[in-house]
Amino acid sequence: MRGRVALFVPCYVDQFYPQVARATLELLERHGLTVEFPPEQTCCGQPMANAGCERDALETAGGFVRAFAGYDYVVSPSGSCVHHVRHHYDVLEQTDDVRRVRAAVYELCQFLVEVLRIEDPDVVFPHRVGVHVGCHAQRGLRLATSSELSDRPGGVMRTLLERVKRIELIDLDRFDECCGFGGTFSITEEAVSARMGLDRVRDHQRHGAEVITSGDMSCLMHLDGIIRRQRLPIRVMHVAEILNGTAA
Amino acid sequence: MNPTTHADAAATFVRDAERTAWHDQALWFVRQRRDLAAHAVPEWEALRDLASAIKRHTVSHLADYLEEFEQRATRNGVVVHWARDAAEHNGIVLGILRARGVRRLVKSKSMLTEECRLNPFLEQHGVEVVETDLGERIVQLADEEPSHIVMPAIHRKKEEVAALFHRTIGARDDPDPAYLTEAARHHLRGALVAADAAITGVNFAVAETGAMVVCTNEGNADLGAHLAPLHIACMGLDKVIPRTEHLGVFLRLLARSATGQPVTAYTSHYVAPRPGAELHVVIVDNGRTEQLGRPDFRESLHCIRCGACLNTCPVYRRSGGHSYGVTVAGPIGAVLAPGFDLAAHALLPFASTLCGSCADVCPVKIDIPRQLYRWRQLAVAGGHVSRRKRLGMRLLGATLAHVSRYERAGRLVRRLLRSAPRLLNRPRLNPWSRGRELPVAPAESFREWYRRERGSR
Repeated sequence: MRGRVALFVPCYVDQFYPQVARATLELLERHGLTVEFPPEQTCCGQPMANAGCERDALETAGGFVRAFAGYDYVVSPSGSCVHHVRHHYDVLEQTDDVRRVRAAVYELCQFLVEVLRIEDPDVVFPHRVGVHVGCHAQRGLRLATSSELSDRPGGVMRTLLERVKRIELIDLDRFDECCGFGGTFSITEEAVSARMGLDRVRDHQRHGAEVITSGDMSCLMHLDGIIRRQRLPIRVMHVAEILNGTAA
Repeated sequence: MNPTTHADAAATFVRDAERTAWHDQALWFVRQRRDLAAHAVPEWEALRDLASAIKRHTVSHLADYLEEFEQRATRNGVVVHWARDAAEHNGIVLGILRARGVRRLVKSKSMLTEECRLNPFLEQHGVEVVETDLGERIVQLADEEPSHIVMPAIHRKKEEVAALFHRTIGARDDPDPAYLTEAARHHLRGALVAADAAITGVNFAVAETGAMVVCTNEGNADLGAHLAPLHIACMGLDKVIPRTEHLGVFLRLLARSATGQPVTAYTSHYVAPRPGAELHVVIVDNGRTEQLGRPDFRESLHCIRCGACLNTCPVYRRSGGHSYGVTVAGPIGAVLAPGFDLAAHALLPFASTLCGSCADVCPVKIDIPRQLYRWRQLAVAGGHVSRRKRLGMRLLGATLAHVSRYERAGRLVRRLLRSAPRLLNRPRLNPWSRGRELPVAPAESFREWYRRERGSR
């Protein structure tokens, strides 16, 4: 693989989950990459745009493009933000920079599997793990086959996790049901959102998961909020932390 | 006019945790049956592509196919009526009934007449209407609206139906489904025999033959239409398909998507009136051509009303059909309703996490989440969301647009979360914390760490 690689850290990961961003950075470096963190980056603009306020997101999206314009790959530990850049930046004028950034942006696991062609993550994680694929990664970016189209879970994140040593991936009753986060949905439809999250956590618990992992920290932030409120014996961990081998 | 508050109705629904679990599971069961049926057809995805292409073609030549249908149907002896909106539709139906002195009417399989509020209109004008499909009859006896386009009484438990039948039709208070069905059957036979006219919906209207195809499981459409001397079929103008051969595509998709059946128990083709009887069709626009004129939402006219997007929607399953406040609930309803009246239904496109399951389950591949996202933009641009939200988003946008403001705001939020978590954890101030804890904020953001550790590089 050749080219300049940038790390995009979603705003809420930067502020609330720095360990996830560090794991992503170190993971990419462990696989031999030189990774830059452009300091002008803030956010992709999804929080406003998903709430119907696309116009309030234009300036932020423009800033995103400027911050990452010079890179061949922009890797992010978030399927949802990557989906937003790829699928919803059509409101921006399609300059060369915009087109280039939209094509360069990659969800972490997809980058590891499809660009770096990593077959063995070479880490140990001796735990029972439930996999939660964020919907934007799953059905938006098609990084895993959805249950509507196939009765088997799959996808780039699972491919990597299956090769982690001593990990045990558990089955779920509903392997790709939405967790209910949904951005501002988690506030405006708080009741249904929290109920969806609780149902997800219970599915993982029923099947004996110790850890719920995902490529999207936003889903996990929501699930973790429920887990801590209900004091449930299960924890969440971003897939970068498992693949980086720092979290065992 | 106040926008429909799905969120409030949903919050009430969810408060009954046990019922929510039951409702969710009842619909998930149907979704699983759909999966089994769909995955057993190797060419399922090819069928979806084909169905989508046929619909796209039809919708872009809608006027031609509707006129072809009208000509063929007229030649077959069917009387064709056109209605611009619900009021015109109801007026036409009443006119036909009055001219023939109809007092008692049976109905089957028509969500369009629900959309047009035909029942209360006819009852006001002295016509007795009896719904003959079990689910529709249940909601009619309970004086409720359907909560689902294919399973109108899916929100009712069998014990509740037993109590209802006991109270209204003199049945035993016995929740055995076989008994309840039998009780309904006996009760309905009388109405079917006594009816002066029958109204049915239409699943597909075939342009090249003028035939109207109705898919049912209980056979009541046939009973009604064949017993009464007058049959009125009511259809939205989006129901037309070009050729009979296209039925081979849609019929394979419809029942599998709806209930997981390979095909409905009855697929009835109404082509011409019986000797001595009359057959009418009322073709209704009611906002459909307006939707056709909106490129972003034209695709919603492809819908064949299978209900699969309702069954799969994790929000619908946990909020119930009534929470949407419209005849067609669920994801497709949240796309259609704003087309009728954006101000009234501006919040429905927000009643979704945009998880995309509806698009993947849709037999005609309607990209529902894309349209929900689009309606959200129009709802905000049209001033149909709260001022508080508008200002909040403007402030957030202005903050995230500049790295220095973003950093300052981030530090402030983290400091507040660390020093005064209870301040932010108040449910009235912050709905997030009604059911969830806020994140535990770190002292240092990633970029602060990066500057400290990697700054020299």
